[in-house]
Order: sequence, then structure tokens, then C-alpha cells
Amino acid sequence: MYNLIGAGLIVIGGGIGLGQIGGKAMEAIARQPEAAGKIQTAMIIIGALLEGLAFGALILGK
Amino acid sequence: MFRAYLKTAFFALFLAASTGLQAQDDEHLTDHNVHITDAEDDGKVNTDDEIKSYIEHHLKDVHDFHLFSYTTNAGERAHIGFPLPVIVWTTEGLKAFMSSEFHHDDDASVLVQKGNVTLAKYHSRIYELEGGSTTIAFDEEHHPTNAHKVIDFSITKSVFGLLMIGVLLLFMFVGLAKQYKKRAIPKGFGRVLEPLVLYVRDEIASPNIGEEKHKKFMPYLLTVFFLIWIANLLGLTPFGFNITGQIAVTVCLALFTFFIVQFNGNKDYWKHIFWMPDVPVIMKIVLIPIELLGLFTKPFSLLIRLFANITAGHFVVMSLIALMITLKAQFGAVGSTGLSVFLTLFISVIEVLVAFLQAFIFTMLSALFIGMAVAEHDHAEHAHGEEDDIDEVRDRFV
Repeated sequence: MYNLIGAGLIVIGGGIGLGQIGGKAMEAIARQPEAAGKIQTAMIIIGALLEGLAFGALILGK
Repeated sequence: MFRAYLKTAFFALFLAASTGLQAQDDEHLTDHNVHITDAEDDGKVNTDDEIKSYIEHHLKDVHDFHLFSYTTNAGERAHIGFPLPVIVWTTEGLKAFMSSEFHHDDDASVLVQKGNVTLAKYHSRIYELEGGSTTIAFDEEHHPTNAHKVIDFSITKSVFGLLMIGVLLLFMFVGLAKQYKKRAIPKGFGRVLEPLVLYVRDEIASPNIGEEKHKKFMPYLLTVFFLIWIANLLGLTPFGFNITGQIAVTVCLALFTFFIVQFNGNKDYWKHIFWMPDVPVIMKIVLIPIELLGLFTKPFSLLIRLFANITAGHFVVMSLIALMITLKAQFGAVGSTGLSVFLTLFISVIEVLVAFLQAFIFTMLSALFIGMAVAEHDHAEHAHGEEDDIDEVRDRFV
């Protein structure tokens, strides 16, 4: 029960984080469209690291 | 804008509804000994319990290649597919036979006698029965009391899929490599592969590992990229492979990355783990356990990410397909099927993207970790350079 709540909290945190990453990347691309490729790659890497954390919580919490 | 919101809300609602249904079923499923597929309707999947067990069965590795089942005019259940070899190490040594001897049984009701060894298959695991018993008995924690697991070397569905991908990759890339001996630009299917190889080199390996050093790691990165990508795409076909959704497969891939990183780590890499330069001594000591933990969390996150993404993808697709059964009472046969097809198509297109993205991420992060291990740090030179600057400045002033 508690581990499920904990996993849920971590996933909520991960969701907020992913939203931040995506939003900031959008802003950055809008500001500097010529750097879109680099920003996208960096965004995907950070997103993947965060996603790994959230999935880890899901699997371990289940 | 409003339409997009409506679509998202609609989608979320049904996802919640389907997971809600599954959550309700949990209490019914506490007793795994109960034969879930009932005999009255010839093992058709049409109740919530059956759907759940069907999805669970799909997510596991299986011992035969099973495409679909149907009821013949004579009222018998026919299975379309082909058996795969079962190779197990029992108390009497190695035993090999075809999985057709289990007759599609997955509940330990069919026993296979090999010499003095009796084998039974229960939930995709093969057990060896002890002391002449004819059924497997389970205690409260679902551990068998009169049987034990055998060491399983079987060519299971995932192993079969991996071998198939291996042959396919050899066929494709040996052909591509041979073409470069004769001409500068490959022709035919090689023209599709060449940009992908160049993409891995120019976008993944070269920027992360470095211009001079990336060449040594290209074979591994290319292999892992195409293996994961094709395995992910195979999972979306009706053959129902779930190769990268097996934790054993992802553990193995992550171990490869782990060992490649450790064996190629240079002096600076180990120095940054055991004696971090340019920080106070007390921080150096504090950082040792953190850095050591970091060694293992990197491959761990790699394996969990791939496994969880593919498992979640398969689970969502199968839950959406199951909507046509679970929502039949509310929407009618046509309505529920239409809804299910629409949502499944929608999520499947996303899954095609995820299949590529996960292959890309795995390769990218592997390249990043390798790059961190082989990077040349220039602490000493840096300090030296600063001194030079100071001298220069002094010269200018004096």
C-alpha cells in the first residue's frame, strides 16, 4: 500500500520534471531555432534519465 | 486547441477505466491455483480474469510459438503455431524434447516423462516433480512444495526471435559491407541502411565518445542499436514477440555496456571514482561511495528503462484491444470494437516512435557512459596553462 503511494509520488515528481524539461526546451528552441538539434538531443537524454528513475520507482514499488 | 484537450481527456478516461477494471480483478486473482481459462467456452478469452491472465501470459517468455487458436466445426480447439525445442538440465542430466509434448498446457496438467524424470509446465516455467507425484501442490506463497525448477536452456520464443534477428542483421550488414569493395555508394536495400549507420556514427558515437576514439566502439553501438530497434519493432507485429520486454535480455545488454565501460576506463576515469581531483580531502572520502554506487546505477537505469518502456507499451496495447470485450455490454459489439481499433491504432503509432526512441536512448547513453570513461581530462595542463597566462600578464605589465 505505502510503496504504491511512494511510487505514485515519484511518478508525479517525474511528470513535473518531464514537463519542465519539455517546456524549457521549447522556450530554448523558440529563442534559438538554429540550436534546435542540440537542444533536442540534450532534452531526450535528460528525459530518458528521468524516465528511468520514474520507471524504476514503478517497478520497485509494484 | 479545445479539440486536442477533449481527445486527451477522452483517452485518459478510457485508460483509467480499463486500469480500474484491472484493479478490481486483483482480488479475484489471488488464488493462482484456480484454472483461469474456463472449459465451458473452449478457452475463449472473454472475461476480465481471462484477459488479465492472457496479458500476463503474453508479457512472459513462452516455450512454443503460438499465433492463434480457434474452434473447429467439430467443436475442437485448434492451435496455430509451431513447437520450439525444450532443453532442460534436470537431476538426471540434460533432457531435450519438443514443446509440443506439453500440448499447449500451461497449468501443470500434462506431465512429460523422460527416463525417470517427470516434467510439468506451469505459468511458462518448467518444474521437475519429486517422489512420483502427479500434480504440483503449492503453498500460500505459490511456491511448489513437491517440485523444483530446472535449469532451462530452451530455445524459447524470445531466444528464437533473437536468433532470427541475428541472422537478419548478419544478412543485411554483411551484404552492405561487401558492397563497399565494389562501389562507393551501395545500391538496393543498402541505401536504406547506410544513412542509419551514418546516423549512429555522426549523431550518437562521434559527439559523445570523441572524434578519435569512437571508431573502436562503433561495432558494439551499431549492433545494440539495430538489435533493440528490430526487436522492438518485431514486438509490434502480430507474431507477438516480447524480446526487449524480457528483463533477462535487457540485463544482458546493460551488462555488455557495463563491462565495456569498465574495461575501457582510463586512469582519469578511475581517479574520478576513487580520488576525485580538485576537491577537499573530506569530500574525496564522501564521494567514493557515491561514485561507486553511480557505477551500478547507470547500467541499472539502462535496463529498467528499456524493460519498463516495452512492457508498459505492450500492456497498454493489449488493454486497449481488450476494451472490445470489456466495453461490449456498454457500447455494443460495433461501438466497442470501433473504439478499441481507433485507440489501438493511435497508441500503436506512438509505439513505433517509442521503438526507435528506446533503441536511440540505449545506444546514446551507452555512448555517453563510454565517452565519460575514455575522456582525457586535462587538470594538470589546465593549471599549467593558467600559470602561463599569469606570467604573460606579468610580462605585459612589467
